[in-house]
Amino acid sequence: MAVMEKMTRASSGGMISGRTMFCHLDAPANAISVCRDATQVVVAGRNIFKIFALEDEGFVERLNLRVGRKPSLNFSCADVMWHQMEENLLATAATNGAVVTWNLGRPCRNKQEQLFTEHKRTVNKVCFHPTEVHMLLSGSQDGYMKCFDLRKKESVSTFSGQSESVRDVQFSMKDYFTFAASFENGNVQLWDIRRPDRYERMFTAHTGPVFCCDWHPEDRGWLATGGRDKMVKVWDMTTNRAKEIFCVQTIASVARVKWRPERKWHLATCSMMVDHNIYVWDVRRPYIPFATFEEHKDVTTGIVWRHQHDPDFLLSGSKDSTLYQHMFKDASRPVDRANPEGLCFGLFGDLAFAAKESLMSGEVGRKPYAGGDRRYPIFFFKKPDVTEQFAQVSSALSVFETAPGGAPMDWFIKTARRYLLSGRPFAELCEHNAKVAKDLNRPQVSTTWTMLRIMFSDPANPSSSSNHNLSKLGNLPLMNSFSMKEMSSALTERNKENRQDNIHNLDSNLNTTEDNEETEGSEGQAEYLFGDAELDDDDLYSMEHENQAAEEAEFSLPQEAFPLRHEIVDHPSAPEPLTEKPESPHVSGSEAEATCLTPMESFSLISVSSSLLFPPHLPPAFFSPVVIAMLRYYAEQGDVQMAVSVLIVLGDRIRREIDELTQEHWYMSYIDLLQRFELWNVSNEVIKLSTCGAISCLNQASTTLHINCSNCKRPMNNRGWICDRCHQCASVCAVCHHVVKGVFVWCQGCSHGGHLTHIMDWLRNSTYCPAACGHQCEYT
Amino acid sequence: MLEMEHTPGYELVRERQASPATETDIPRELEEHSPTSRHPPASVLNARRFSRLSSRDEQERTAALEALTQSVLERVENSARLERDILLQLLRVSRSCPIPDIKERAAELLKRAQEEGVAIPQALSSGPSAFIPADEILEEGAGQDVMTEAFLSMGRVDHVTMVMGLHPSYLNCFLRTQNALLQLDGPLPLPWRHYIIIMASARHQCSYLVQLHSFAFLQEGGDETWLKGLSHTPTKIQRLHTLNKLLAHRPWMITQEHIQELVSPGAEPRWSFAELIQAIVLMSHAHSLSSFVWGCGINPEPDQSGGHTFQSTAQSGLSPLQQNNGQSDSPNRQEWSEAVSEVELLMERMMMVQQQEEECTQEEMLTRFERERSESLLEPAEGVRCVPPDSISQFVPEPDFSYQDFSPRGEQSPTTMRAQDYSWEDHGFSLMNRLYGEMAQLLEEKFQVVYALTYRTMAMHTDVDTTTLRKALWNYIHCVYGIRYDDYDYGEVNQLLERSLKVYIKTVACHPEKTTHRMYTSFWRHFRHSEKVHVNLLLLEARLQAALLYALRAITRYMT
Repeated sequence: MAVMEKMTRASSGGMISGRTMFCHLDAPANAISVCRDATQVVVAGRNIFKIFALEDEGFVERLNLRVGRKPSLNFSCADVMWHQMEENLLATAATNGAVVTWNLGRPCRNKQEQLFTEHKRTVNKVCFHPTEVHMLLSGSQDGYMKCFDLRKKESVSTFSGQSESVRDVQFSMKDYFTFAASFENGNVQLWDIRRPDRYERMFTAHTGPVFCCDWHPEDRGWLATGGRDKMVKVWDMTTNRAKEIFCVQTIASVARVKWRPERKWHLATCSMMVDHNIYVWDVRRPYIPFATFEEHKDVTTGIVWRHQHDPDFLLSGSKDSTLYQHMFKDASRPVDRANPEGLCFGLFGDLAFAAKESLMSGEVGRKPYAGGDRRYPIFFFKKPDVTEQFAQVSSALSVFETAPGGAPMDWFIKTARRYLLSGRPFAELCEHNAKVAKDLNRPQVSTTWTMLRIMFSDPANPSSSSNHNLSKLGNLPLMNSFSMKEMSSALTERNKENRQDNIHNLDSNLNTTEDNEETEGSEGQAEYLFGDAELDDDDLYSMEHENQAAEEAEFSLPQEAFPLRHEIVDHPSAPEPLTEKPESPHVSGSEAEATCLTPMESFSLISVSSSLLFPPHLPPAFFSPVVIAMLRYYAEQGDVQMAVSVLIVLGDRIRREIDELTQEHWYMSYIDLLQRFELWNVSNEVIKLSTCGAISCLNQASTTLHINCSNCKRPMNNRGWICDRCHQCASVCAVCHHVVKGVFVWCQGCSHGGHLTHIMDWLRNSTYCPAACGHQCEYT
Repeated sequence: MLEMEHTPGYELVRERQASPATETDIPRELEEHSPTSRHPPASVLNARRFSRLSSRDEQERTAALEALTQSVLERVENSARLERDILLQLLRVSRSCPIPDIKERAAELLKRAQEEGVAIPQALSSGPSAFIPADEILEEGAGQDVMTEAFLSMGRVDHVTMVMGLHPSYLNCFLRTQNALLQLDGPLPLPWRHYIIIMASARHQCSYLVQLHSFAFLQEGGDETWLKGLSHTPTKIQRLHTLNKLLAHRPWMITQEHIQELVSPGAEPRWSFAELIQAIVLMSHAHSLSSFVWGCGINPEPDQSGGHTFQSTAQSGLSPLQQNNGQSDSPNRQEWSEAVSEVELLMERMMMVQQQEEECTQEEMLTRFERERSESLLEPAEGVRCVPPDSISQFVPEPDFSYQDFSPRGEQSPTTMRAQDYSWEDHGFSLMNRLYGEMAQLLEEKFQVVYALTYRTMAMHTDVDTTTLRKALWNYIHCVYGIRYDDYDYGEVNQLLERSLKVYIKTVACHPEKTTHRMYTSFWRHFRHSEKVHVNLLLLEARLQAALLYALRAITRYMT
């Protein structure tokens, strides 16, 4: 260990040694700073202003700068900085708006040298120029930055940020004249010290205040910023527009950020609230801190690397009234405790699973990747890097695809495309949709549509269309009265059964996997997957396989099975479960080729029962509870498509009975699915037809029409027809010269236009613009 | 029974679903007429009929209006009894609904009922505020669209909304926050939220808010017995009492122990952080809104008790309040010119404050702060000790606990909170964002809007930079609550805020129930009402922020 330290010392050229240590302060610290040779540190806060020497054995108090019987507010420091050239010179920013410099060389007890009271509000930050001895910069809550020449009594220049609250100012390490300032409104400005009139560049770095910024000590273009939005961002300032090159998401607002010396990619952060730890991040690995220091008991307020060429010592002050020196080798490494595993479903039922190599290699019966296999292991190795000390992890990524030819989501897309949701009489819509469902081999869905039509159509005026199912089944009043109770109880029964299957399946799971020669998953992996509760939420797969789940005892798949299991059973080697179908008392929801129960048959099965229990003319409201139960059933099964389609088609007949939130949830899920499948038209149609306020406004969000005045070509700000600037009527019809109120059609080439009808008339006779601008107008 | 035939089938089912308690009572509509109806009370059921009027769907609105008309006319013609509630609701709609059709129809129905010999109620007040003439509010108030939106989202346009409508940009974000607080997803159940508002506004004897939210509480399906008093509620709510009391009157006394009592694992029934933070926001919101209600002299809603009378007031003409208004609006010539010179003086001082580069010692600064903080301004009002009215007292255990003037200099004065050490922008927001994210954003926006709100006018002057004045107001209110800004010279407060204004502000902020019309009229006599409302908005937000800061600081301390 000692040898190592010596080496560090030798390499950095400094004379630093030490260990992790701390000392108690009398009061919370607001900021700390070290002197150039890294032997002393100054701590400043509301009620503390002291200098400590860093000895090998611990901190030793050298000087208390807070003197006087009744210390003034000038001692109440928000920030402190030790000059990096002049070892006797310090500057503090006081909460009352004063900027104070201190000269340790003064012979008397009071070391205060200069006092600038030019700022009207709290000064948040002071910063010495890295190479210029007499130049000091301050940034204040009043929105101004001031540059002081310490040889003069007043500031030499004032920079106005044109917004309130400068939170941080930092001179660039490499560019002599440049400094960066961060603001409470989220902006970062770059200034040239010689040009106080205007900033060189401004960009919005964060939402909410930017609490801190720090220039990279070596790379001249890099600026790190931290904000209340919990992000640390690294900007490349060499390009024309500031470009965000890295972004680290932390768990609390970022109060300070400091680049780590000698390590290009590392920076240290601490947070403003709640989180007391100090993190060192490798900006290339933004998801997990490279190292963490967990010593503080309250928020850390100041961090500084002890020596500008030594990456191993970090000093920190905190609200818990302690001052720490952290040794990098003592830091905890969160990555060592992390489990690098991940799992994700793809749109078409693919499943990707990544785990540590070591875990994966222990698998039993794993097969090497072959061309025809559905599993593609992909290996990631991080290149060994001398300075990089991140634990090296190699993960294996497995991708499971669904069996080719199964195309499990086809039905969804086809259904979405072909369903009709509006524009025709109710009965026709139902009939059409029933037919679509039937074509796609979804008899249960088809039956449901047919039943809906029967339930909600007015029995007095039977649908004009002739449905063969209907005609075979005889008169309508009778139909109207078949027992819905039976139906719903069948559904619930079935639900129960499925639940049991689910439970049962946990046991039989192992058998299943072994039975199938295509299965590669190890037990460990399978169990892991199975234990994941989220899997039950996967709603895409429920409909297509549920019949198998329901009928096949030996295979007893969970009905909300996940793809891994699915594809196993789906494979041709599995026996076809559908052959036993006709015995089924259920209405089938099978997607498979073999249809066994036609909707007609299932009707007759059910409608035999108590037709006399109810009077023949039932109001549609009578069916509402059962329809609601049906909708919920479908939604729970994951066929949210059905739930939403029925909801839309039934419209007012049902929507009042279901609470808005549930409806909204269904709509959202369905729209989300549609958009993932890029069925934009259908999704828009659904949005349009929805009756939920929250949904129908989706289409209106972020749609803005910018209108320019047709006379002066400036943007129109106000509503109405008069332009602010030229005080003339904008949007005048080029044909009749009246203001167009309503539909305005215009040529995109010359921007003349007018009433739709007028323009149409005009263009019948001429191809030129009616405003006689000579443009050959084109309307599409 | 009559009503039944006119209501479409689904309507019935919906009503039943909405009120599960009645599902078993089959002949519900019989009960409606009996005076001792079981819950939900008939008034709530009637109110539901009106809430349909504020549907976003225009057709639905029309249908609701038709249904309402029919059922009322039906009753009038068959000389069946029209419930009081219906009449009152009609009165409210006829006075405040921003949608002309509905408003006119309601007025028509009332008139029709009167012709049939039904005693119809009259609103006692001429407008939303007792201090501000109604026509001024109507003239300068927010546009139709804001009001319509408010009506559609809340089901009514209450007086507070109408008065705030003088500052539409603020009203917008106020309503959004309130909606998020009371309606949108959150850890607390909806009736609870209203109940917390009730118990909080009761601390300031704000019967306006108590009645408004009692009504909403029942509508959300709250248990009627809770309204009998705090002792009828679950212990969990009762445990909020201490915090409520402190937040309302002496927020600087809130410590981490108070938080610990509520959230620590040993405490049963225990509050989760998420619930607690919502409750805290609700309570502070209600406290500061009570200040606004009192400060602007908000009149009771026409459907609240004290807001209407069934005696015909047509002959008597103006109510006493209105007569008052009439007098105060026409001061005599001498007063007038005095007032003008006051404005001039204030302008001058503002200029002075902006330019002055006066240096003074820290000692002096501290003295100035302490002087502002402990100045006792309430001597004259002290004599009249308000006793909470009966309708409210059940929500107010320990009614004697109230704001206390800081003892002048020294002993026992609570430690000041330094704005630099715990500010909303840095600390408050960060913590709130963690515990109740969406609310942090909304509050932040609201604070920003109110802090930046200016029309650059002052009384008859235009294009005035009022920053210093607004800052003085804001900082003075924080000062009264013991928050000190290191970088602010409290001498400015003394220069810019005249004594009568300070009396008003301190009363409204600390003892809102003691606000009088006199106080309101005696400050800034030449200023416009909208400017006085602006002062009240600053007051509301500054007070809210102060209370939140203390509560959040206690939570922070508990968490670390």
